[in-house]
Amino acid sequence: MTIDEVRQIILNILEDIAPDEDISSIDDNTKLRDQIDLDSMDFLDIVMELRKRFNIEVPEKDYEHLATLAGCITYLQPLLKDRLAAS
Amino acid sequence: MTKPPRPRNWLKDIQSAYDTVVIGSGLAGMTSANLLAKLGHKVLLAEHHYNLGGMATWFKRKGGHIMDISLHGFPCGMIKTLRKYWSKDISNRVIQLKNVRFDNPQFSINTSFDKIDFTHILKERFGILREVIDEFFQTARGMNFYDDIVMTTRELFEKFFPGRTDVWRFLMEPITYANGSTLDDPAITYGIVFSNFMDKGVFTYQGGTDHLIKEMKKELLKNGVDIRTHCMVEKIYVEDKTVQGVRINGQDISCKSVVSNSNIVTTIEQLVGEENFDPEYIKDVKNVRLNNSSCQVYMGIKKGEKIPHVGDLLFSSEADEYCTEKILSKDITSRTFSFYYPEIRPGTDRYSIVSSTNARYKDWANLSEKEYLHDKHHLEQTTLDALDTYVPGIRKKIDHVEASTPNTFKRYTLHPSGTSFGTKFEGLQVSRDLPKQIKGLFHAGSVGIIMSGWLGAANYGVIVANETDKFLRELSPSLVTV
Ligand SMILES: Cc1cc2nc3c(=O)[nH]c(=O)nc-3n(C[C@H](O)[C@H](O)[C@H](O)COP(=O)(O)OP(=O)(O)OC[C@H]3O[C@@H](n4cnc5c(N)ncnc54)[C@H](O)[C@@H]3O)c2cc1C
Repeated sequence: MTIDEVRQIILNILEDIAPDEDISSIDDNTKLRDQIDLDSMDFLDIVMELRKRFNIEVPEKDYEHLATLAGCITYLQPLLKDRLAAS
Repeated sequence: MTKPPRPRNWLKDIQSAYDTVVIGSGLAGMTSANLLAKLGHKVLLAEHHYNLGGMATWFKRKGGHIMDISLHGFPCGMIKTLRKYWSKDISNRVIQLKNVRFDNPQFSINTSFDKIDFTHILKERFGILREVIDEFFQTARGMNFYDDIVMTTRELFEKFFPGRTDVWRFLMEPITYANGSTLDDPAITYGIVFSNFMDKGVFTYQGGTDHLIKEMKKELLKNGVDIRTHCMVEKIYVEDKTVQGVRINGQDISCKSVVSNSNIVTTIEQLVGEENFDPEYIKDVKNVRLNNSSCQVYMGIKKGEKIPHVGDLLFSSEADEYCTEKILSKDITSRTFSFYYPEIRPGTDRYSIVSSTNARYKDWANLSEKEYLHDKHHLEQTTLDALDTYVPGIRKKIDHVEASTPNTFKRYTLHPSGTSFGTKFEGLQVSRDLPKQIKGLFHAGSVGIIMSGWLGAANYGVIVANETDKFLRELSPSLVTV
């Protein structure tokens, strides 16, 4: 998967979790929490979605990497790079 | 001679093995079951009662009455929780209750029960400085699950509003009813629930509890959960510190994991058995205090009769000050009235009123049949007396009145001492540590004060379903749901 594909996957997940938010305007380097209404349950949903869709386990100590979109991409791209984007 | 009917087999066509058996269909149990099924696991939901819902329940009485037990109100966070873990249609039915009233010797106030209105009232009515109010809200909001907060709610109030027992009552009384917490519990148990409500106010479910549970049942079935009512889980089998299965109505069923929505202490001591745990852990279990129970009086308004809009929720008290002892006392001075207008069940023209008080199991448990009936009757009559102040002529407007006591809650939910809100704070750690003691065993349900109420229980169900899913996927790494 390319960086763009990983980015799109994260945006898709966020869109499911927060359907009332304008996902397209998210800035990569600002905390997600400061841009859209995300609480700790929503972050749990991101973790569950990643496990469900890709069998990726994000340990609690790594949750901080998911704070920004750029952080998510950097953290997830190495884990997803060998996957096809089709799933 | 006719043969007696054969008892129905509630386990007919049951499978021999499941990924997860969820014990109990309270909001935590149902939410866990639903999510785990959506994540692709084979789930059995076993409930001993004939209805799903646990404390989120209702009953019907002659004359077309429907009484809701725990639909007094919940925070707006429930909208999101219902949408994400149930369905958009279910979440769309959540509506706000705009008129919350207090009436006691210290003050009479109407409020929309949110931060803006509370700020206004604290400033104008109680003369508190704006900066103090803002800092108080910030402090309450800032408390979270991971903080190690040793401060009690009393200390929190002492710090911000020293000596102002009127302010304490205004801030505390509703929360005591919402989760059974007192001034002496950790401030975090107050802060989280108070902030959740202050966010936007108090909300309810349009359609009533019966509608909600019916919709949830549909979702569960759609997602493939095997639902079984009248099914008592008698035992959780454990070998080598790992879950093996359960015994339901005398029949063994194997499973890889168990999510118990039964009380945490019952789960450990009765369903599993102390001998399966570390002695150190059992010491902590023994120190878990149960939360209080409740009494309620349900009053059904006659068909065709109306009552004026006197508020949605009314916190009424005759006590001079807020006092936990008095709130729990059988000699009742303080009641929360919930008024259910026809808008709650659109299409009907019916009204009902439910009065709730916090109560102690021991005050009701050991009475003779005669004393019990007498005390229940007394509870009904004194409640009608108190209500008459707000709805004059109430006795003429009703054609049904009935009371429930801690015994009632115990009978229907099996919770020890009929606890309404699980355990005190220390129960949460015991619940969190359960899977470390026995592989595949999880607890989700009212516990630790924080994880109680409709929102707390449902969200805890999600948190625990996440852990159960992780556990199951580690057992079979190839499982990917598309
Ligand atoms: C009088 C009262 C009023 C309340 N009002 C409100 C309110 O207005 N707003 C709010 O948010 N909250 C309210 N609450 C609290 C709220 O109802 C509860 O916190 C919440 O519903 C609890 O959900 P739970 O998942 O913990 O399980 P519970 O509802 O406690 O359900 C547990 C379930 O497990 C079943 N079970 C237990 N053991 C077994 C077994 N061995 N085998 C099979 N089944 C078993 C029980 O039968 C029950 O169905 C109120 C509670 C009470 C008592």
